[in-house]
Amino acid sequence: MSELTDLYQEVILDHNRQPRNFHKMEGANHHAEGFNPLCGDRCTVYLKLDDDVIGDISFEGSGCAISKASSSIMTTAVKGKRVADVDKLFATFHDLVTGKSDASKVSNEDLGKLQVFSGVSEFPARVKCASLAWHTLKAALEDKADAISTENEGEKT
Amino acid sequence: MTATAFKEKKAGTPFDVKKVREDFPILHQEVRGKPLVYLDNAATSQKPRAVIETVKRYYEEDNANIHRGVHLLSERATDRYEEARRTVQGFINAKESKEIIFVRGATEGINLVGQSYGRANFKPGDEIVITAMEHHANIVPWQMVCQQTGAVLRVVPMTDEGELVLAEYKKLLNDRTKFVSIVHVSNALGTVNPIRAMIGLAHERKIPVLIDAAQSVPHRAIDVQSLDCEFLVFSGHKVYGPTGIGVLYGKSNFLEKMPPYQGGGDMIRTVSFEKTTYAEPPCKFEAGTPHIAGAIGLGAACDYIRHVGLEAIGAYEDELLEYATGVLSKVPQLRVIGTAREKAAVISFVLDDIHPHDIGTILDQEGIAIRTGHHCAMPVMERLGISATARASFAFYNTKEEIDTLVEGLKKVREVFRV
Repeated sequence: MSELTDLYQEVILDHNRQPRNFHKMEGANHHAEGFNPLCGDRCTVYLKLDDDVIGDISFEGSGCAISKASSSIMTTAVKGKRVADVDKLFATFHDLVTGKSDASKVSNEDLGKLQVFSGVSEFPARVKCASLAWHTLKAALEDKADAISTENEGEKT
Repeated sequence: MTATAFKEKKAGTPFDVKKVREDFPILHQEVRGKPLVYLDNAATSQKPRAVIETVKRYYEEDNANIHRGVHLLSERATDRYEEARRTVQGFINAKESKEIIFVRGATEGINLVGQSYGRANFKPGDEIVITAMEHHANIVPWQMVCQQTGAVLRVVPMTDEGELVLAEYKKLLNDRTKFVSIVHVSNALGTVNPIRAMIGLAHERKIPVLIDAAQSVPHRAIDVQSLDCEFLVFSGHKVYGPTGIGVLYGKSNFLEKMPPYQGGGDMIRTVSFEKTTYAEPPCKFEAGTPHIAGAIGLGAACDYIRHVGLEAIGAYEDELLEYATGVLSKVPQLRVIGTAREKAAVISFVLDDIHPHDIGTILDQEGIAIRTGHHCAMPVMERLGISATARASFAFYNTKEEIDTLVEGLKKVREVFRV
């Protein structure tokens, strides 16, 4: 049960029940659609980019608790951040959920509330769920027109 | 034949599931520290020792290429491969063994008919009828043929309970209808469709019919002569045989007229750079070295099932379905998806607003294997207004105790999600 409670931490359940920034954004200047073909999770990320700062962000979609909470927490984590910092944060987050970094060595300063996803690394099949929102955010920043897919998302190695 | 169960089974004696479980080595293990409860049989079934040993013996004793060697091993491999064809012929009661084409699975069987029969016969404006509860394998190959030929796909609707609307099916059949391809048992909902009546209605207009029997062959006796369908496909791995082998049954008068699907060795009579003549069915459709061990393993699976008895299997699985439907319906906030009157031992469900993927992860920690997602039937999910379901699917080696474990596991899911 301990691995399960690591995965489904209270913060994750809370964001699943009441996702933050969960709406379509009027006047977004960037957006992208993400899709997890394995389980059918969908996620659309909307951005208002002021120069290289994320002025506002929201998302829409449907998916499991992990993917929904990850999207929700991501929006709260990157709002107001510079694009270059978001890239770094994604890399750190990705290492965390794929088990490439030791969660205890990653400081709270680096990850903040994203730390709650450390339990995902014990569930390789769920890495795609946790990273869908981030891949979609990246696609929105790069203005990719086609829906992105987590098909090639590497599992824990 | 090493099946231990039912050697002395008499009609009316209760199904000895304990004994039958002894035939399946994989079932006796712990996963994540709990006894394995395998309820993902609609995805793939486990293999009895008879199949595993037959494949092993083939590789250890008879392995050679078929239909070409003059040496003894090649002769033996060829004999065993062709014997497997005759076993499958008997298993589905085909008239002749040449009507059995070995393919990779049900998917390839449908693609073969689409690309061979479909491309040769469909014209712009022709209509192909499928149903709202098809697996992607019986949708996408026809969409491809439609793109290639200008034919149009028509879809028989279904009710909220997951039953086909036969009146609409009748209306869809018209002079432009050139083919009907329908699923016997829905993998996502468990619905058993009235294929006999549907074949009859198509035949009134001389329309050929393909039956996707991937989910029905493991659970009920199939008699292609009695059904009178032109084509029928199924996969070996869902019927306790190896992966990578499956069967296309086709009436010989159809197969004889159809152009080849793939070109290569073993499907020809003569080859020159000017002109090639093709072999007769079944070889015409089996280009290249086939999955010889797979076919022989599938033959062993058919023998094994016949030994256990499809009637006994069907009756016991019905009992499991009834029991599971009863106890699952009592789980608070659980809704069974697919409540057709005629169902095979498949239960799709949703639980509160917990995503099936999360249900699957939590059950896995309890040693319970189920399938979650859209089950390669996205149009079924869309029709029912859901994005995914959790699905427990049963085989004759499952027990009522395992269903109780599933119910306990769902309690844990509710605990984790605090509902």
